[in-house]
Amino acid sequence: MANPEFGYDSTEIEDLSQPLPPVRQLFSYAMTAIAFLFTGLALLPLFAILIEILRQGLPNLSLETLVSLPAPVGVTDQPNGFANAIVGTLIMVGLASLVSIPIGVMTAIYLTEFGKGGAIANSIRFIATVLSGVPSIVVGVFAYGVIVLTTKSFSAIAGSFALAVLMLPVVVLSTEGALNLVSNSQRLASAALGSSRFQTTWRVVLLSALPGITTGVLLAVARAAGETAPLIFTALFSQNWFSGLQNPTPSMSVLIYNYANSPYVEQTSLAWTASVVLVLMILLINILSRLVTRNRLDIQ
Amino acid sequence: MSSNPSHSTDLNVDTKSPANPPEALPEPGIPAMRVKDLSFYYGVRKALERVTVDIYQGRVTAIIGPSGCGKSTFIKALNRISELEAQVQVDGLIEFFGQDIYSSRINLNRLRRQIGMVFQKPNPFSMSVYDNVAYGIRVSGRKSKSELDDIVELALMNAALWDEVKDVLSKSALGLSGGQQQRLCIARALAVKPKVLLMDEPCSALDPIATMKIEDLIHELRSDLTIVIVTHNMQQASRVSDYTAFFSTDESRIGHMVEFGSTSQIFRAANEARTRDYIEGRFG
Repeated sequence: MANPEFGYDSTEIEDLSQPLPPVRQLFSYAMTAIAFLFTGLALLPLFAILIEILRQGLPNLSLETLVSLPAPVGVTDQPNGFANAIVGTLIMVGLASLVSIPIGVMTAIYLTEFGKGGAIANSIRFIATVLSGVPSIVVGVFAYGVIVLTTKSFSAIAGSFALAVLMLPVVVLSTEGALNLVSNSQRLASAALGSSRFQTTWRVVLLSALPGITTGVLLAVARAAGETAPLIFTALFSQNWFSGLQNPTPSMSVLIYNYANSPYVEQTSLAWTASVVLVLMILLINILSRLVTRNRLDIQ
Repeated sequence: MSSNPSHSTDLNVDTKSPANPPEALPEPGIPAMRVKDLSFYYGVRKALERVTVDIYQGRVTAIIGPSGCGKSTFIKALNRISELEAQVQVDGLIEFFGQDIYSSRINLNRLRRQIGMVFQKPNPFSMSVYDNVAYGIRVSGRKSKSELDDIVELALMNAALWDEVKDVLSKSALGLSGGQQQRLCIARALAVKPKVLLMDEPCSALDPIATMKIEDLIHELRSDLTIVIVTHNMQQASRVSDYTAFFSTDESRIGHMVEFGSTSQIFRAANEARTRDYIEGRFG
């Protein structure tokens, strides 16, 4: 029996080759076009920045800028570069990573493997979330108050401390996310073979989550490398080579900040070139994190 | 409950000594595990009510019953793995060769090495085939490379997987098929030489051919190992098991054991009408 309400009447089978009504087709095309348009709009500033940086900075990029100190203003017969800032950034970001990554990863392990669901874990997660939203300039002022004022000196240590504080919540939250992705059946399988909780965490959970953790950590590193505000109050700047952790230390971001406002053409053009190098450094870290993630997908 | 000192499978002492002296096992027909008046709670919700059953040494015991009757709950209570998944509370007694496994003195790592488990879905670690099988040995103490090689090979042979994976030992275990992964999980469990192997619906995620291989494997292993298998496939229970326990629920949704007996008796002449109804497919 044909049921008119549900269209089971076999005499009224639709012709499947019939195109959709023109209005619907038009709507479909229009929506597709709008989606493309807005995507382009979103990408426009991104490419505008990138192209402008490359246009202004690339012509002056040479080996000389990568290996020499900034030349004093007005001196033209000396090589001009920002090698000291590259070294300073690498040292401060490296030191900050050395501090924040172990602490952050361990905290995340506590959150997912040991304290899960408990009041302590929930408070820690809440604090980390709040901390990740604190403006970097506030972190800079904090490090200034804690380290610079007590040691009475701007220093690489103060800069690293500020960057570490900034990285810590990012590392905690991204590592926690990666650990949560590890299927609970893996933990059970490990426990069923008689391994302790620590062994399960160390040999199974961390191993499975390693690509995800690496991605999160590298993104935190990339963020720290680009930060200016926390370093202005802490590491300050220097025209000279890195001279010890307790002394003011130049960094790429502060160099760009200082020189971009300079009235001297040599310094502004150096700031553009430094921007190119900084963007390339961060791009490199991002590509690295992508590669790590892709390797994981290949295994599965 | 007193623990029996004559059995040397002592779970209480936490030593790292790799070689326990070989012990005389009880005669077949002697229970490897005894469950007495076991009631099981998830939080405050009661999931199992007063289950009493013996798991006989060197035999295959099948647990059958409709969904939600507490089959999985029961088997997960036998190696205390359920504690890792939820807040649980246990009344009654479960003994492993005379030792109360819920005693506070029990070392859980030792207990779970003696009572291995294979899960519903194959869950190999995301490491190589070799490392998967060697995992249980490595966490329980150092062994030389050649010893480890021997143990891995033997375990894979016992799990009827050696011929299929001997050339891909260093490849990721995740590249194996579902059935191979499940046999790898069995090999992984066998490598630590458990006395009891718990299998929680080990074939439910597998196709018929892979299922058949697992069933053949259970036949092979039964002389050396005490096996408890949960299954919702009654033909499987009748094919692989020596004893069958039928679980069901009452109106309050609390699981309990309706009947226990030899598999032939349960399937041919069950005492309880509910068992007969379930086996003949009239409910569940």
